[in-house]
Amino acid sequence: MPVPVLSVRDLSVEIPSRYGVMRPVDRVSFDIAAGEILGVVGESGAGKSMTGNAVIGLLARPAHISGGEVWLMGQRIDTLATETKRRIRGRRIGMVFQDPLTSLNPLLTVGQQLTETILEHLAVSKKEARQRSIQLLQEVGIPAAAERIDSYPHEFSGGMRQRVVIALALSAEPSLVIADEPTTALDVSVQAQIIGLLKRLCRERGVAVMLVTHDMGVIAEAADRVAVMYAGRLAEIGSVRDVILTPAHHYARGLMASTPLASLGMRRLRQIPGSMPRLGRLPQGCAFNPRCEQATQRCRVDPTPTLSDDPNGRAACWYPLKGTI
Amino acid sequence: MIVFFIRRLGQSLLVLLIVGLVAFSMFRFVGDPINNMLGQERTQADVDRMRVELGLDRAILTQYGIFLKKAVQGDFGVSYRQGRPVIEVLAERAPATLELALVSGALALFFGIVFGMYTAIKRDSFIAKSIMTASLIGVSLPTFLIGIALINIFAVKLELLPSFGRGETVKIGGWTTGFLTRSGLIALILPSITLGLYQMTLIMRLVRAEMLEVLRQDYIRFAWARGLKERSINFNHALRNTLVPVITVTGLQLGSIIAFAIITETVFQWPGMGLLFVNAIQFVDIPVMAAYLMLISLVFVTINLLVDMLYFAVDPRLRVSGGKG
Repeated sequence: MPVPVLSVRDLSVEIPSRYGVMRPVDRVSFDIAAGEILGVVGESGAGKSMTGNAVIGLLARPAHISGGEVWLMGQRIDTLATETKRRIRGRRIGMVFQDPLTSLNPLLTVGQQLTETILEHLAVSKKEARQRSIQLLQEVGIPAAAERIDSYPHEFSGGMRQRVVIALALSAEPSLVIADEPTTALDVSVQAQIIGLLKRLCRERGVAVMLVTHDMGVIAEAADRVAVMYAGRLAEIGSVRDVILTPAHHYARGLMASTPLASLGMRRLRQIPGSMPRLGRLPQGCAFNPRCEQATQRCRVDPTPTLSDDPNGRAACWYPLKGTI
Repeated sequence: MIVFFIRRLGQSLLVLLIVGLVAFSMFRFVGDPINNMLGQERTQADVDRMRVELGLDRAILTQYGIFLKKAVQGDFGVSYRQGRPVIEVLAERAPATLELALVSGALALFFGIVFGMYTAIKRDSFIAKSIMTASLIGVSLPTFLIGIALINIFAVKLELLPSFGRGETVKIGGWTTGFLTRSGLIALILPSITLGLYQMTLIMRLVRAEMLEVLRQDYIRFAWARGLKERSINFNHALRNTLVPVITVTGLQLGSIIAFAIITETVFQWPGMGLLFVNAIQFVDIPVMAAYLMLISLVFVTINLLVDMLYFAVDPRLRVSGGKG
């Protein structure tokens, strides 16, 4: 089996605070292979973005990685020195943020921001960097790229700006792209284009993509595999088909049942009662037990189940589901 | 942009006209100038003749018109005290004030930006906190007290620096400069610190506040995610985005440095326009006061105009919408 592009092992992130130590990410493990898109879903505050930031090394203090390992192409990167980490960011891991309106520096032209990134990471001349920038803009579908390169971000529409952001993330040919809610701030019609673009670039360049979103539609459309997060923990991981059609974790099932998916036909949506517990107020046992219809005494008392407690290794649940929703 | 410029120019002229009216009416409010100019031994015929000679018998608006016409030509009449044309007196004093203002403005801007950036980037460090505390002193102590304290320490106790005057000056054309002699430069130190300290703390606090705001922006996080160097992020991305408000305040402050050099000039017996103005007040030398008033408003209006133009250079977003209004 080839070495995965990204391999995360038992990653934990902690934030010390007045009320004790919070753990927004708790022993999360997953792999992403080259050319694969892993969707990471969950409610707000489930630790999706925090996981992405931990991987690229952009945790804002006082949050920090408190345990686990992050491997990129067989090299451990979470323990590297600050300067080495900086060289990995942008060069080997690209990142796309949620809001293209605010991700670009308003005072620099698109070309300046692209060439600046390229010159930072690759040994090319200014002229070559500019040439590359134009190519990148063409590749992400900006019409008349050679003229548009000297435009400022405010001269582009939201969708076009997100294309520019993607071009920036890809500018030094990283092997992994972390896309943090890349479509949330966009119109629905533009969302589909951006997802299509991400998929195409992923296939063509063999880039591994970690697609963080709370939109199951985006996951169903784009991802190959999906990881469901709940309260900082991985609830379920599996192929998109399996997780959507036959979720094994009760939370994943609730999530699917509450999501309108055209492919599943018309049906009543169901909601999950209650809300996700706040960090630092996690219940004993499985974090989902207060909201789970089938929770037993074991779920409330025993330590949190992990993926390895499921015979199939898919769901962190004592009683994984079998069959359809 | 041109429309905008013309409109601002019109506004500036309006301001100057109004200030001119105030300056002009000073002549009327401070008693009949003829009483001042003719001694006790005057006849009614002398008074009438003088009144016609000076044009004081004509309608107010006509007089105002004449005053403006002369003012535009640089003719502000004759100083009551010195018996020389006001413009000549002012021109003789202007270099001292302008050099002092320039040096203290430059010091304030440089140290304001440096300290402001430092205290924003290293906001939790001990040094940053000390600078912030010390800056409170700069804001809260009145200028004359700082001046006197500096004189006491550096001139009286340590005997390092002169306590008054400009030192030796060199005359180049009509301009006397203190920049070219050692004693001239040394004499500049204390007054420029005194004059610039308040502005420095103001700029520093502004830069700090703006930097803290900008450093939270998505495009800064994105710049980190692209693996740019910290230095480039701080200067090229963050500082640039703080410049618009900083330019505004600095511009206005430069105006007030020139205008309110009065106190500093008095404390240090600096032979500039401020000292001239203070003396003019003591002797009710109205023409000098009126001319000074007009000159300062001209300085303010010009700086404001320049500041507005600078916005366009810094922020490309204005170049599009600015043309329309």
